[in-house]
Amino acid sequence: MSIRKHVKLGLSALALSISFSAVAAEDPIKVGILHSLSGTMAISESALKDTMLMLIEKQNAAGGILGRQLEPVVVDPASNWPLFAEKARELLAKDKVDVIFGNWTSVSRKSVLPVIEELNGLLFYPVQYEGEESSENVFYTGAAPNQQAIPAVNYLMNDIGVERWVLAGTDYVYPRTTNKILETYLKAQGVAAEDIMINYTPFGHSDWQAIVSDIKAFGSAGKKTAVVSTINGDANVPFYRELGNQGINAADIPVVAFSVGEQELSGIDTGPLVGHLAAWNYFMSVDAEANYDFIDAWVAYTGKEDAVTNDPMEAHYIGFNMYVEAVKKAGTTDVNAVKDAIIGVAVPNLTGGIATMMPNHHITKPVLIGEIQDNGQFSVVWQTPSTVVGDAWSDFLPGSKDLISDWRKPMFCGNFNVVTGTCGGKAAVAAE
Amino acid sequence: MWLTRPLAERSTRTFLGVLFAALVIVTVLHVFTPQDSALHVSAYTVTLLGKYLCYALLAVAVDLVWGYLGILSLGHGAFFALGGYAMGMYLMRQIGDRGTYGDPVLPDFMVFLNWQELPWYWLGFDMAWFAFAMVLLAPGLLALVFGFLAFRSRVTGVYLSIITQALTFALMLAFFRNEMGFGGNNGLTDFRDILGFNLRTDATRLGLFLATGVALAIGFVICRGIVTSKLGRVAVACRDAEARTRFLGYRVERVQLFVFVISAMLAGVAGALYVPQVGIINPSEFSPLFSIEIVVWVALGGRATLYGAVIGAVLVNYAKTVLTGVMPDAWLFALGGLFVLVTVFLPKGIAGLVFKPKKAAAPANNPDSQEATV
Amino acid sequence: MGIIRLLSQLLLVCSLFWPGFAQAQVEDTEAQQLLTALADSSFAEKKAVVNRIASSGDERARGWLESFASNKLARIESSGQFIIVTDNRGRDWTVQSALTGENLGEFSRRDIDTVRVNNALRGELEDILSVIDLKSPDQSSRLTAARALKGSVDSALAERVPGLIDSEQSEPVRAALTEALAIYRVAEQGDLAAVETLSGSLNSQARAALQQAMRSDDPALVAAATKAMDSIEQKLTLNRAAETLYFGLSMGSVLVLAAIGLAITFGVMGVINMAHGELIMLGAYTTWGMQQLLPGQPGLALILSIPAGFLVAALAGVVIERTVIQYLKGRPLETLLATFGVSLILQQLVRTVVSPLNRTVITPEWMSGSVMINEALSLTLNRLYVIGFALVVFAGLMLIMRKTRLGLEVRAVTQNRAMARSMGIRATRVDILTFALGSGVAGLAGVALSQITNVGPNLGQSYIIDSFMVVVFGGVGNLWGTLLAGLTLGTINQLLEPWVGAVLAKIMVLVMIILFIQKRPRGLFPQKGRAAEG
Repeated sequence: MSIRKHVKLGLSALALSISFSAVAAEDPIKVGILHSLSGTMAISESALKDTMLMLIEKQNAAGGILGRQLEPVVVDPASNWPLFAEKARELLAKDKVDVIFGNWTSVSRKSVLPVIEELNGLLFYPVQYEGEESSENVFYTGAAPNQQAIPAVNYLMNDIGVERWVLAGTDYVYPRTTNKILETYLKAQGVAAEDIMINYTPFGHSDWQAIVSDIKAFGSAGKKTAVVSTINGDANVPFYRELGNQGINAADIPVVAFSVGEQELSGIDTGPLVGHLAAWNYFMSVDAEANYDFIDAWVAYTGKEDAVTNDPMEAHYIGFNMYVEAVKKAGTTDVNAVKDAIIGVAVPNLTGGIATMMPNHHITKPVLIGEIQDNGQFSVVWQTPSTVVGDAWSDFLPGSKDLISDWRKPMFCGNFNVVTGTCGGKAAVAAE
Repeated sequence: MWLTRPLAERSTRTFLGVLFAALVIVTVLHVFTPQDSALHVSAYTVTLLGKYLCYALLAVAVDLVWGYLGILSLGHGAFFALGGYAMGMYLMRQIGDRGTYGDPVLPDFMVFLNWQELPWYWLGFDMAWFAFAMVLLAPGLLALVFGFLAFRSRVTGVYLSIITQALTFALMLAFFRNEMGFGGNNGLTDFRDILGFNLRTDATRLGLFLATGVALAIGFVICRGIVTSKLGRVAVACRDAEARTRFLGYRVERVQLFVFVISAMLAGVAGALYVPQVGIINPSEFSPLFSIEIVVWVALGGRATLYGAVIGAVLVNYAKTVLTGVMPDAWLFALGGLFVLVTVFLPKGIAGLVFKPKKAAAPANNPDSQEATV
Repeated sequence: MGIIRLLSQLLLVCSLFWPGFAQAQVEDTEAQQLLTALADSSFAEKKAVVNRIASSGDERARGWLESFASNKLARIESSGQFIIVTDNRGRDWTVQSALTGENLGEFSRRDIDTVRVNNALRGELEDILSVIDLKSPDQSSRLTAARALKGSVDSALAERVPGLIDSEQSEPVRAALTEALAIYRVAEQGDLAAVETLSGSLNSQARAALQQAMRSDDPALVAAATKAMDSIEQKLTLNRAAETLYFGLSMGSVLVLAAIGLAITFGVMGVINMAHGELIMLGAYTTWGMQQLLPGQPGLALILSIPAGFLVAALAGVVIERTVIQYLKGRPLETLLATFGVSLILQQLVRTVVSPLNRTVITPEWMSGSVMINEALSLTLNRLYVIGFALVVFAGLMLIMRKTRLGLEVRAVTQNRAMARSMGIRATRVDILTFALGSGVAGLAGVALSQITNVGPNLGQSYIIDSFMVVVFGGVGNLWGTLLAGLTLGTINQLLEPWVGAVLAKIMVLVMIILFIQKRPRGLFPQKGRAAEG
């Protein structure tokens, strides 16, 4: 172990010295990194900033792209949504970056979206989200609902035999949309309305007594019950604690979470949680060479033996490599050329498969279900036989079931209505 | 006329002179210098400055009630946000059928959450005059009801501060709820036009910046007018010795209510100008911490001077912009340290350090003035 | 933990029933075959393999299954050798041979394939166990097993249960078995006599069985089942009410704990201490630190954190008082701004020094789980401890304020500072001590909260506004007011929550406070006399 570490250290030192000594003939390619480094979201986002810095360093050591070095431009939007828009404008207008990797929350993405579209930038968004969006300028490398929620529910229904459902979430747009989709989906699968319980709580909710007691009562109707949790961040610890204390364990009422990953688990005593589930497209425990290499690099980069990797980090890994390939393919960093070139680009993911950028700016991903273990990792118990294509517009929402997105010419539309045969909204404006 | 009187004052003239000079310089540098010139002010900077000016107007509103009325409002963010939401609702309606789903009436967030029709409180916001009236009326009415109840029962000092905090906290929780129909956590965004001008052009941005500057000037003059009028002197009397003023026969609660409502409306205007410039309004503007931060801008600049509030708001926010870029970790240390140092060593703020305010304008430091504070 | 205990019992019982089990070892090739089968089969097939391993009679089987259940049975990719992982943290795992028990040192995770287990398999093992446990000599494990049988009796088991009831000595176990059998008979056979047994039962499976009976075609059965359900519903309503009250008290006690320190610093001293939440946070971090210092003894660490948390927060309080607050005498609203600055600094300090991530605080065994009053009502232990702790802290504070010299001096200084000083009371010293006391109590709250919520840099922010509401609602300067206000607000919140949901309940409580302050501008228990005006 120690020898390998030394070698790694040596390599990265070498990489560093190369990146300093190689004076690029041309201007460097500027990569904007728009992740909160302070405020409430810093917990999650600062690791993504470091991931990007590591990837850029590695790419520079390998000679950059098209002989040009990459230069990271880091800004701190401080978990403040208007500030996200302001910093995005700063990156594009002032620093003139070629591409931006950033954002975590949906509201921050919604905040920067008009800026990115106005200034014709490129944004790679690495977090699982509610869908219902497909922008010409944004590439969604996280999961859409059909790449996380629906397969997870299928697993519970078919493999575990769950008949009664609690959809519990924090009151914001991701859980709202996901639960709307799941509700329609479950009803389409023949689940009765009285077998679905929906509950919303505010951010950082800490008093779960009554809700857990309700879940317990709901789950004691003689049918196998599961909780589908879209509970966000800090509210999870008191939630799982209360579950444990009220005697609900994973064998009775399993909880499948869409927002709890390795990083969140590092702040929880996972002993009482063993067996509860999470659905992601990547787990740190995945048995694949690419994953082990990535973890080794990450540990070497952070210098912390206990550093964890998670799903959004993998999304950035994929997104960055796709960008590199697209620039190589286009032969330029010109935004419009890269946008055209990147569709169809395929790069390896960290779970031993291939991720492809689809015409709707979403990527293909495998869906994995993991059970929490006592060491804070997940053990994969199920996964889709092949990768799933991200669907920007859900088939289970009345407003969007007729919409498709295809950013290839001639359609070139993010919300094409297949019934009316027209492209609604934004593209109509662009065409005027 | 009470409104013209301030224009005769030297301090007001100086302030307005500096403000208008700044507006002109920025405009000239933005429009008439080439893009790559060192002197060029980019559209990005113009918007940034516009944001600072919104904050400055908000700070002036807070200074009016805190500096001259002695009411420490920890809920002015609520009025700011309400004004912002009124504007945001107007801008949402202006999107029309250009939204993602192409629905001519419903905003996008309502479409994908299966709302069938527009809630009643969204009606009328497609008309600019109605929306702009609501920018003043929504915060004004809230302040009227809240102030009427509070001042009538003589809730003062800390108690008042804490319930204003409760007010903004309750509103924040309410606006976070998606059932409310204000877009929940995502708030309102993706705006396109204001009064027919495309929001995504530099010209509109410059226009908004100038409008904010003018609004700040008008707000400043209104506040100066109030504090130099007889009513203003009664307000200062309330601040320094509420019981005594009451015994002298003044209807203290009426004065308080009037000033409070005016201040809330100014905050609402600041919010309304803020939203089209930053492009989003969401419930985080209701957060109690934001309201406390506003108070700190005022304290830093110098309480009961009005121009101090402007200085404080611009300085702190400029520091924030610079520091969050340069050293994000140190930002909170710097901000926190600033609060401590200013309150302990600079009780009169920067204004007190640089300029010597007339004795009568500054809050008296005799024990009597603390009457209602604990 | 539970699984391992269950497994060890399973194997103990196995050794009694399967001859030759205890001492035998199968051939290594056969063992390798068994484990390979376990590793290579699908989850559905693994159940059978587990049974084969358990009945193989190999003394090592226990270790294999234990490791299997806890995800620690693995295979080395290159050699196919089976191993048991003894430490699975980090990138290199410590392993030993599954066949020989020989220590093999560290292996990279790359080379290790874990034999996968899932919930269903773990549940399977527990089911097998509850049947075997019915013959356990230990009464309490028989009782647990009998209770677990409710709702899971099948036709094969139904024939054996009457025999078990006859031979059973212990009354509770007999009752549980009788009920389990009745549930089976009502649900599967529509047995009218069994309905009577279930009348008044609070067990959820019994209710499910009765509901099934109510849907049957036999009118007599339907009538009997409906009657039985009615009596159950009545009992349940009572239990629900009791539960809501308990939730309210428990939420209230958290509010009281969070606010009581503020009742001293804000209520008594008049310092609007916005850093109060961060003092709570310091107490919580002390608990985490203690647990780091004493690994493996979370309980002891928690108990030691009580004095330690108090001291750390009190010391921080002294520093804040000396560096900031003493300069702001008579400017209470400005203490708000300065302490707000302090709170930002403390938050960022924790982020920089410790970590921006939440920290893991372990709940000791004796605080996990719940006390079962009956099958519909159990009280969670950690909450019970917090309620008790809040009352103790409150009583302690009352004692200090009422019965000690410090308390007397504090009251004297706050009521009339000049007079107290002229009586020879060192007011500055009293200020320091009072602030330290209030801060220390905040630290105690932090120790308690570490058992309920996240320990992270944002911990304080989530309690500061609630704390101020409680103190103001109760009446500034009155400890009884704080206690009553906290418990009232907690209970109202929990009463409203089932009706309107968590968010609206909170909004309604806030609006109620705002309106209440209009009615009584100085809270529940206003201070009277001249002190109130100062």
